Formats: sequence, structure tokens, C-alpha cells
Amino acid sequence: MVAAARAISGKLTGFVAGDDFWRGVVAIAAFLIFWEAGSRSHAWFGFSFPWVSQVPAPTAVLQAMFRLVQEPSFWNSTFLSTLRVFEGFFAAMLIGIPLGLAMAVSRTFFGISFPVFEVLRPIPPLAWVPASIIFWPTQELSIAFVTFLGAFFTIVINVIGGARAIDVRYFQAARSMGSSTWDIFRRIILPGTLPSIVVGATVGVGITWAVVVAAEMISGGGSAGSMGGAAGGGLGFFIWNSYVGGSYTQIVAGMISIGIAGYASSAALRKIGNLMTPWLSEN
Amino acid sequence: MSVEPAVMASRSAVAQPVRQGGVRINDVVKIYGAKDTGLLAVDHCTFEVPPGEITVCVGPSGCGKTTLLNAIAGFHSITSGSIYLDDEMLCGPGKLKAQPGPDRIVVFQNGALFPWKTNIENVTFGPIMQGVMPRAEADDKARAMMADAGLRGIEHNYPGEISSGVRRRVEIVRALMNNPKILLLDEPYRALDSLTKSVMHEALLEIFYKNRVSIFFITHDLEEAIFLGHKVVIMTTRPCRPKKILDIDIPHPRDYSVLTTKRFREFMEETVAAVHEEAIKAFAAGEKER
Ligand SMILES: Nc1ncnc2c1ncn2[C@@H]1O[C@H](COP(=O)(O)OP(=O)(O)O)[C@@H](O)[C@H]1O
Ligand SMILES: [Mg+2]
Repeated sequence: MVAAARAISGKLTGFVAGDDFWRGVVAIAAFLIFWEAGSRSHAWFGFSFPWVSQVPAPTAVLQAMFRLVQEPSFWNSTFLSTLRVFEGFFAAMLIGIPLGLAMAVSRTFFGISFPVFEVLRPIPPLAWVPASIIFWPTQELSIAFVTFLGAFFTIVINVIGGARAIDVRYFQAARSMGSSTWDIFRRIILPGTLPSIVVGATVGVGITWAVVVAAEMISGGGSAGSMGGAAGGGLGFFIWNSYVGGSYTQIVAGMISIGIAGYASSAALRKIGNLMTPWLSEN
Repeated sequence: MSVEPAVMASRSAVAQPVRQGGVRINDVVKIYGAKDTGLLAVDHCTFEVPPGEITVCVGPSGCGKTTLLNAIAGFHSITSGSIYLDDEMLCGPGKLKAQPGPDRIVVFQNGALFPWKTNIENVTFGPIMQGVMPRAEADDKARAMMADAGLRGIEHNYPGEISSGVRRRVEIVRALMNNPKILLLDEPYRALDSLTKSVMHEALLEIFYKNRVSIFFITHDLEEAIFLGHKVVIMTTRPCRPKKILDIDIPHPRDYSVLTTKRFREFMEETVAAVHEEAIKAFAAGEKER
């Protein structure tokens, strides 16, 4: 008991008292103080800091956030964006992983599909927004599609790279020991590619958040009729509406919400990824 | 010397039921790329790996040793010639690439344990793939063989969690689980320090005495070659073919005390010049292995 308690407290002190921890705390505190002082510079020092004085102070943003988390419409926006991120992300995984694997294992298929893929890949997802609105029947689908594109290319590239990088000796060893082609796919190619799939997914979900917000702004900003107020359309709409309505604290509060959501998604995927690739964990 | 012949017969029958796993390399040529413009790696190479013995192939880096081993294993084709395993033609006229199979298992130069499988999953991989035993039986056998090789307690670790010397032993146990006729070892101890190496050599000999599987062992370390081999084949620099073949008549079982014997030094002296000469040629030609 005592030993266990000591071990736990030891771990805690190890983290809390670690140099990195304190450097982080000091850096964030300094940043917040600078921000607060900058944005209140006119009131406090009688002159305006350039740029920072235009930004609402962290305490004001905090108040706005405190208000927002009590409003169902904010949660509704967060939910809608999250839903779109998940739709786009899962569609990208579902299509991207098999496609990447097929491109990696079949020369013929690679020869056919890679040129098309490489022409489409550099097109920024946001450039797809207008076309997407035209082609897809609903606005919801067009946003989900653009979100999908954000993660899709990253996932495919990672899968191809990962599968290609598998050491040829693993295939040779597996063949010698009597593996069929299917065994090799399932027991060598899949697990061998898994670490790259995890990387692709973690990076991809971050891009997805970046894309969904912008897609919501662009598509919603263009068609005022379908906006339906801040409640209707996700965090992108929410920020855009706050801007139109002149509520600067809400803009920053919305931005921070996206940051937190993106971080949480990446962290969750990293966690799942670690569980799925236990052989990579450095103990 | 009044040993009962019956006892002797039965002992040898237990230790070596049938001597198998002999490989005959017959006038083998391997050219990478086109026949006229390609790279000649193996040039009319002929020698034998006798069944139930350790045959060591020594040659400078980039001379074509791995190329030869890959041809036996069936990882790539030969250009001409033939290779036999006992009486079966592995590759030859009309079938230039051998079919890889569990009768010839390779232990690779830098190791090829699957990093995503635990050590015991690696060891049971062969029997499970071949469907020769149910998983539970394979697990039991693997545990027993690992314990036998001094590998108790790491069954459920991943290869990335153990030292490279231990990894090499796991890989040899994984190979043996397939009941191969011959083990093909491609510079397995190359990356190890000399102390670990000496431990690994004795461990390999112990495994060999227990299993009497034929071994084809590649190295560029002459001392290692003479210490382990019944027979040492010294290769020329690329294109490779035997330059000198020696029967090492130091009796088995051997241990490290052999290194200080007069006979061992004689073998070293007899061969070191030949190896050195080829090494200089290889160096001058700027040979690189893949
Ligand atoms: N797949 C390949 N394609 C072309 N050349 C190769 C290939 N593999 C090996 N070589 C060349 O063949 C020669 C022999 O290589 P290798 O058999 O690996 O040498 P060793 O194992 O004796 O060090 C080297 O010159 C090497 O560069
Ligand atoms: Mg080699």
C-alpha cells in the first residue's frame, strides 16, 4: 500500500516537478499575461499595442466561453461539426485504406490509378467547395465530401508508403514457412502497414477539422438563406455568424473550441493507434 | 573399446534417423539483369553441402554469397545450372526458380522476426501456416523448444523488446519449428559484438548437435567459419565460385577451446592468405552488397 502510494506520488511529482512541465506552465502563463495586457493596453497604459489590442482579452474570452457552454445552440454547432468530421474521416478511412493497399500490392492498378490520384491530390480541399455544392444534392453532403477529401489523400499516401516500406525479408520468410497469398496479406501486409495507417489517420483527422470549419464558412457564407442562425450549421457557421454579428469574444471562443476538438480527436486516435500497435510502445 | 554395437547403432539412429538436407550446387550462373549487359554475380559455381553437416561459405562482401543462398531458398531464379536438395531438383533447366518451402528455412542477415508478433507467435508461425499442428500443440512445442534454447520468460515479449543476440536465437528456433532439412544462415551474427558472437556460436553448435539439421552458413569471418564448419568453402570475389574447399577435421563436438589448438591455427594459416587476396580484389573493385 505504502509502496504503491509512494510510486503513484513519485509518478505525479515526476510529472508535475519535471522541467518540461514547468517550462510549459511558464510559457503559457507568459503568453496569457502578454495577451491580456496587450488587449487591455489602451485602458491600462493609455496607448494601444498594435494588433494585440484588436483581440479580445483572454478573461473576456473565458467569460464568453463560460456563457457559451451553457447554451444548447453552441453544443449543437459543436455536435454538427463533429458529426461531419466523423463522416468525412470514416469515409476516408473506409475508402482510403483499401485503395492504398490495392495501389501498393498491384503494379497494374497502381499504374492506372496513381497518375489520376497525383493530379487530384494537390488540389486543396477548399477548392472543391463550389464544385461539391453543385454536384451533391444537399449542402450537408457537399460539406461532408470536402471533409472527406481533407483526410483521404493523406491516408492513401501513408498506406501506400507504409505497405511499400515493408521489408522484403518478411515476405520471403512468410513464403518459406508456407504462407498463402491471403496469409501474407493478412499477417504481413496489414500489420506491417498498420503503423502508417495510424499516422495517416492522426494527421488526417487534424486536416479534417481544418477543412470542415472552412467548408462550413464558405458554403454557409455564400447562401444566406440556408444559414438558419448560429444554431444551424456547425462551428464554422458559428464563427462566421459571430463575425457578422460583431461578437469578437465569440469568434475567439469558437476558435479555441475547434482547437480543443482537433486536439482531442488526434489524441484519441493516437491512443487507439497505440493500443492497436502494442509492439511499437517503448516500455 | 568394448562398446556394444547394438547400443551404438540405436544411439546414432536416435540422433540422426536419416541423413538428409544435402544440397548440390551444380554449375550455377546468376546474372542480374540482361544476359549480356547484366551483372554477373555467380559464375559456374559448383560445390556440395553434405547432409547433416555444417558447411560454411566465406567470401568478401558483395561477392555473391547471398545471391547463391537466395537461389537455394527460392527467392529468385538462377540463370543456368541446377541446384538439388537431396534427390529433388530445386531449380535447373526448365525451372529456373525454386519454390520456397519449409524444408529450407533462411535466417536472415539482419533478422526477419515479424516485429508485430510476439516471440512465441513468431516461433509458431510456420507450423500454423502449414497447418501441421493445432495452435495449442504448436504453443506447447514452441515453449519447450524455447526453454531448451535458454529462451524462457520472453515468450510474450515482442522481438523489439529483446537484445539482438536473443532475437537471433528466437529466429533459429522459429526456423527449427518447421522441421527443415537444411538451415540457411546468412551472416546471422554479423551485427553482434565478438563476446556475444562466441556465446551464439556455442549455442548454435548445441542446437546442431541436438537436431542434426544440415546447415549452410554464410560469413565473411574466417575464424567463425573454421570454428563452426565441417567444411569451409572459400569464395572468389565477384563473380563468385569456390576458390578453395577445406575439410575441417577438428572433431565435433567443439567448444571454444578449439580456437587455441595447433590444428585450428594451421587451418587459419592455410586460408587467411587466400581470403585476404580475395578481399583486396573486392576492395579494389569497390564491391558493395545489397
Ligand atoms: N537484386 C539485385 N539486382 C542487381 N544486383 C544485385 C541484386 N542483389 C545483389 N546484387 C549485386 O550482386 C552482387 C552480389 O551481392 P550479394 O549476393 O548480396 O553479396 P554478398 O552476400 O556476398 O555480400 C553485388 O555486387 C550486388 O550489388
Ligand atoms: Mg550478403
